[in-house]
Amino acid sequence: MRRARPAPPAPACPGPPDPACPGPPDPAGPAGPGHRQAHDPTIPLPYRVVGTFAHTADTVTLTLEPTGGPSLDFSPGQFTMLGTVTAGEAPISISGGPGGDGPIEQTVRDAGGVSRALARSRPGDILTVRGPYGTGWRVQDGAGGDILLIAGGIGLAPLRSAILALLANRPTYRHITLLYGARSPLEQVFREDLAGWSSGPGAIDVAVTVDHAPVAWQGRVGLVTRLIPQARFDPGSTLALVCGPEVMMRVVADSLSDAGLDPTRIRVSLERNMECGIGLCGHCQLREYFICTDGPVFSYSQVAGHLATREL
Amino acid sequence: MTVRTIADFLAEHPFFAGLDNPAIAELAGCALIMHVSPGDYLFRQGGTADHFYVITRGRVALELFSPGAGPHVLDSAGEGEVLDWPWLIPPYRWFFDARAVEETRVISLDAACLRGKCDRDPRLGYDLLQRVAQVMSHRLQATRVRLLDLYGPR
Repeated sequence: MRRARPAPPAPACPGPPDPACPGPPDPAGPAGPGHRQAHDPTIPLPYRVVGTFAHTADTVTLTLEPTGGPSLDFSPGQFTMLGTVTAGEAPISISGGPGGDGPIEQTVRDAGGVSRALARSRPGDILTVRGPYGTGWRVQDGAGGDILLIAGGIGLAPLRSAILALLANRPTYRHITLLYGARSPLEQVFREDLAGWSSGPGAIDVAVTVDHAPVAWQGRVGLVTRLIPQARFDPGSTLALVCGPEVMMRVVADSLSDAGLDPTRIRVSLERNMECGIGLCGHCQLREYFICTDGPVFSYSQVAGHLATREL
Repeated sequence: MTVRTIADFLAEHPFFAGLDNPAIAELAGCALIMHVSPGDYLFRQGGTADHFYVITRGRVALELFSPGAGPHVLDSAGEGEVLDWPWLIPPYRWFFDARAVEETRVISLDAACLRGKCDRDPRLGYDLLQRVAQVMSHRLQATRVRLLDLYGPR
């Protein structure tokens, strides 16, 4: 049975004040005070597919532009309910950079159902976009310190949005490090970006490891946590952003805690069965939280206990 | 120009962090520096584990050969890591092949020499055993998580 949502709506960070809590979206909109949303984010808008890029056999990034009006204004880490008229909607991460009036990028893995219909979209197709929804990474909280991004599999998609925002303000941050774990060399996503981010002015440290590799693979093999001891970061001034399968995020967050990071400075992006996207249907409830509105980005201090609890 | 000794390399390596200078000097007495070229093997599956390798530069792939399917890369170890623990545990036999995938520098510690020093100085032996156990524990946990094939299709 689904538990009733407490009334009034729970704050994003109940309990004692948590200075590192990502908190709810800025009511003034992701662009900050004075910004006004161009449309009601509960209403689906038609977007045209203007480009597709297949990363792997089942994962594709769609480039979408509105058929009328301004493009989506979002914060890195937010998601939309992306759909087709016939197949329905699914929560999909925004993988492109924020700002500007250009098209948006969203990365979809074909896991059947709606995601299959989305992944098979072709340029010219019309999709529906509702949102953006949820809390973002709030990368600006890491200004002046080190940023550690740890991604697993397609979890790199929502972190790519954060990386692009960080690179747009590169001097604001000290060491930026991306640690990425994939199933195999061929199943990495954003391979071209990985190479580009680690070279040139403003380069960030990028380390990749895979679970399975052919003999020809020259890189690392092993769990992504093995990369943490070699990463350059000062635990006392680091903001860590983690996205991937839940077990991986738990193991990574525990490793970061062991390395000296305060759990309030470790942020994870959770995924549940989101349907309405606006905190009404309850499908994505995780005890006192609705992932779609209180999350998907939480500080690890908020959710560590929940992730270790069965039946939640 | 400053010449760095084996003891310097050992003292800077994360595996030995916190060991005092006399202990480092004891260990350095069993050690020599080796350079391994890409494609060369440090050891082979089934061979006698007569050395403990401390990687100070480069990377080594751990492979298991499967008849009919060829070698599989199961793990890798790089700068700041060590290979492995069979030197400490009977029957002192390697489980895998270890192939350098890039120019690699290791400190090779003679296993019999190390075990002898551990026998004569149980405090040093216990300290080393704790460090080896930590490496084993981390790799075992990581392997268990990888068994879930987290990034595969759901």
